[in-house]
Amino acid sequence: MRNSNEIIDDIANKEYEFGFTTDIEMDIAPAGLNEETIRFISAKKEEPEWLLEWRLKGYQAFKKMQMPRWQHFEMPEIDFQKVSYYAAPKKKKQLASLDEVDPELLATFEKLGIPLNEQKALSGVAVDAVFDSVSVATTFKTKLKEMGVIFCSFGEAVKEHPDLVKKYLGSVVPHSDNVFAALNAAVFSDGSFVYIPKGVRCPMELSTYFRINAQNTGQFERTLIIADDNSYVSYLEGCTAPMRDENQLHAAVVELVALDHAEIKYSTVQNWYPGDKDGKGGIYNFVTKRGICKGNSSKISWTQVETGSSITWKYPSVILQGDDAMGEFYSVAVTRNKQIADTGTKIYHLGRNTRSRIISKGISAGQGDNTYRGLVQVGPRAYNARNFTQCDSLLIGNRCGAHTFPYIESRNKTATVEHEATTSKIGEDQIFYLNQRGIDTEKAVALIVNGYAKEVLNQLPMEFAVEAQKLLSITLEGSVG
Amino acid sequence: MLTIKNLHAEVDGKAILKGIDLEIRKGEVHAIMGPNGSGKSSLASVLAGRENYTVTQGEVIFDGKELLELSPEDRAREGLFLAFQYPVEIPGVSNINFLKTALNEIRAYKGLPPMEAKEFLKLTKEKQQLVEFNANLMNRSLNEGFSGGEKKRNEILQLAMLDPKLGILDETDSGLDIDALRIVAAGVNKLRSPEKSFLVITHYQRLLEYIVPDFVHVLYNGRIVKTGTKELALELEEKGYDWLKEAEVHA
Repeated sequence: MRNSNEIIDDIANKEYEFGFTTDIEMDIAPAGLNEETIRFISAKKEEPEWLLEWRLKGYQAFKKMQMPRWQHFEMPEIDFQKVSYYAAPKKKKQLASLDEVDPELLATFEKLGIPLNEQKALSGVAVDAVFDSVSVATTFKTKLKEMGVIFCSFGEAVKEHPDLVKKYLGSVVPHSDNVFAALNAAVFSDGSFVYIPKGVRCPMELSTYFRINAQNTGQFERTLIIADDNSYVSYLEGCTAPMRDENQLHAAVVELVALDHAEIKYSTVQNWYPGDKDGKGGIYNFVTKRGICKGNSSKISWTQVETGSSITWKYPSVILQGDDAMGEFYSVAVTRNKQIADTGTKIYHLGRNTRSRIISKGISAGQGDNTYRGLVQVGPRAYNARNFTQCDSLLIGNRCGAHTFPYIESRNKTATVEHEATTSKIGEDQIFYLNQRGIDTEKAVALIVNGYAKEVLNQLPMEFAVEAQKLLSITLEGSVG
Repeated sequence: MLTIKNLHAEVDGKAILKGIDLEIRKGEVHAIMGPNGSGKSSLASVLAGRENYTVTQGEVIFDGKELLELSPEDRAREGLFLAFQYPVEIPGVSNINFLKTALNEIRAYKGLPPMEAKEFLKLTKEKQQLVEFNANLMNRSLNEGFSGGEKKRNEILQLAMLDPKLGILDETDSGLDIDALRIVAAGVNKLRSPEKSFLVITHYQRLLEYIVPDFVHVLYNGRIVKTGTKELALELEEKGYDWLKEAEVHA
């Protein structure tokens, strides 16, 4: 029989499955952050003057800002001058189709299991793949175009749809929002842009796959999604990164805008490299995600499954501005080894009859530390606002931690705000019970954890849900002693 | 089927089983009775392989295999089933998904492919009726919010589904009213066969009125101090366990 120590050794020795690097000629900016760098990036991307100005404003804001101190972990010292802010695969010419994409690059995607080819049509997913900083290929553009849906790289949107970008860029996450958002504004390299026109229900799940490849390059993508009146879109984001000894910075910004009766569903499965068992290496995932339900009866729903990164610091938020608008946040965050997650959401109820629902499931194993931090704010005009929050913590082993910091600020007496929280441990009794029915310990843990996270996993689109379930099982393999 | 020889076991350095000898043959039903703290449930735990019990001496042969060498899941896969005294609750894991996983794990061990969905549903339905299990509970989370009787009936349903060689019932009667007890016992009786053996652990004689054993053993202070037929259970009911203390002293 295996004892606990052997099982613990197992996790420790388990390698990060996605840790390979791709050898491709890169076009890299010299390390360092200054106006030069920003002008270099902007020039490389052939950006208009107004965008350069906006970047520079972001940089000015960044210079004045301090690293946050309120989170439940010690913020690592990051030397922003040592980071390279731009890395793009060197390209010979404009790519007209997938056939022209570097075969090595395609092989990388293959390894990641992202079918970038037309096979995806069968599963109805359009993929915008971001390899380091430049969006390499976008599939299904034509089909989407027929419906008036714009789905392209951010850089392309700046060129093709400058009015839309100009109108909404920074409208939800301003250039001075927080230190990482300001950094992103200054140096963002690429990302995705989505516009769903009035009355259109986007016929397929839109999906982006992010991957950090080059050494010492932070990835600063920026995503902007606008759902016009009466439209609907479901957007998926998946992330992996190769193994590196040094920590890499990922400071992305996502902005969502939902107009009258529009709905945006945004799902993330994040599996960045978490560092080794001693906490060496791994991604710093410092991301600002926010959506605004601008229109009446609009809806924004965030779903996230966070299993990777050495530190995760993100609070996908919703501003419920329109009357009868609805915001949702569903989250599963797993930490093991020495991983840290400080994550949650902020919901601002501004309009009347606005509703929100928060379901957060934290899972801590090894020496992992997991914090839920949430804010539900009800403004004076938000009559009959309703919120329900449930945050559960599951502990595996006795060296991990779970913390909950729910903040509630209500300035309207007609509002109803509910908060429920539980903490539980995977019991030896539960494991033994399943063992006694012929189920081994690893399967037993997977079964228990997936049962625990079910409410959140159910929110994911089918294909993604299966992947997320597997990811949870793999991540926690051997973590019970 | 099961041969226990001079089995000694301890928990936290404290001796709990002090030399158990027991032979259960194919198709036999044995009952183990005894006062609280005599080691009845410990015997069940040791046989099933619960982690905090340490076997210090003795051996157990189960269907030709050294049982104590096997992991708890392999013991289950070899056909040893323990109906728990306190079945655990597992939120979010549906009863049916759990049953399917367990069944297919056992099949995989035997080199069989996973059971076809249609066949599985048919089997579930059949066994559900056999043990009078409420079909509505199949899609609920495993044991979550089940009444005491429902939990115990679920144990018997699992026993029926997984079709073990040996079923150990650990105080299955505890906390059951007479109607629930009757249903559970009827379920077990329907599962009795020349191929299947049972070890029924109970404090009271009541259960043995419904599940009539071939042999009754009295466990006292970690040892079997008396073995007899079903009449022994009645005798115990009448006299209590106190007279055994003297028996043990003189043994």
